[in-house]
Amino acid sequence: MIQLTVNGQPQQFEAPINVTQLVDHLALQGKRIAIERNGEIVPRSQFSQQMLAHGDQLEVVVAVGGG
Amino acid sequence: MDNLIIAGKTYTSRLLVGTGKYKDFDETRAAVETSGAEIITVAIRRTNIGQNAGEPNLLDVLPPSQYTLLPNTAGCYTVEDAVRTLRLARELLDGHSLVKLEVLGDPKTLYPNMVETLKAAEILIKEDFQVMVYTSDDPIVAKQLEDMGCVAVMPLASLIGSGMGILNPWNLQIIIDNAKIPVLVDAGVGTASDATIAMELGCDGVLMNTAIAAANNPVLMASAMRKAVEAGREAYLAGRMARKLYSASPSSPADGVIGCSNTGK
Repeated sequence: MIQLTVNGQPQQFEAPINVTQLVDHLALQGKRIAIERNGEIVPRSQFSQQMLAHGDQLEVVVAVGGG
Repeated sequence: MDNLIIAGKTYTSRLLVGTGKYKDFDETRAAVETSGAEIITVAIRRTNIGQNAGEPNLLDVLPPSQYTLLPNTAGCYTVEDAVRTLRLARELLDGHSLVKLEVLGDPKTLYPNMVETLKAAEILIKEDFQVMVYTSDDPIVAKQLEDMGCVAVMPLASLIGSGMGILNPWNLQIIIDNAKIPVLVDAGVGTASDATIAMELGCDGVLMNTAIAAANNPVLMASAMRKAVEAGREAYLAGRMARKLYSASPSSPADGVIGCSNTGK
């Protein structure tokens, strides 16, 4: 069991997952998003290579209306 | 052509608009299109987890292929939050490096914290961001931001969202006179005449959001703002007449007025 914090919310997973699997789990596949892991950008090209570890802090962001 | 050039890229519109506070994306799109703006600001926020997965995305409505998106750091009160937000924005927008930096000092006034803004600008410039920076209307700070390598300085006219117009045209004038990079008024414009005055002062552009979005008819106000910015720019280029309390120089001929026996004096 690993626990991640995604956008401030705890999320549990039975087995280790990579970033692509997290994106799928969040139903965000194909969406314009960007991800930061423990303060570092995860380039989209590395989503499938980067395995997430217990305790990782993730920020998943989108563009929204703003001034 | 009288174009606006920011970081080497040419724009025909001198009106930049935000995309917040509209009632829906249809209104956002209609207002942005009517404004004629080519550069539009967007905010970067956490996506909803596990809810509204199918909700429309702003970038589907205002595609990066059609507009120059200017991601901002609205809501950031620290150097770290601002820098992290813009790194995420660059990744989100496929390496796009033109950004709007603002580091706020206080949630009541949303006045910028210039000490933190200077620190954040330095980090971002080192990371090859092209930084358009929201600033107080302090001419010294504006010059420091220019000297460190910001691509545009954007002094406030009055507080964000206040609609109070240009409270200190004299400071703006000094900033404009000193600057070799574009100066854009950002924040405080309330109505069309405010935008015109900013442009008449010699600003290179105006950035606004609430003045359009909070109007009773945002699309009509977007049209007004487009004209206001164009009118102000033309008046600036034309060069206004000198102010005189009395001119004694009527616009119509003084001679030949009927029924007069004198020479018109």
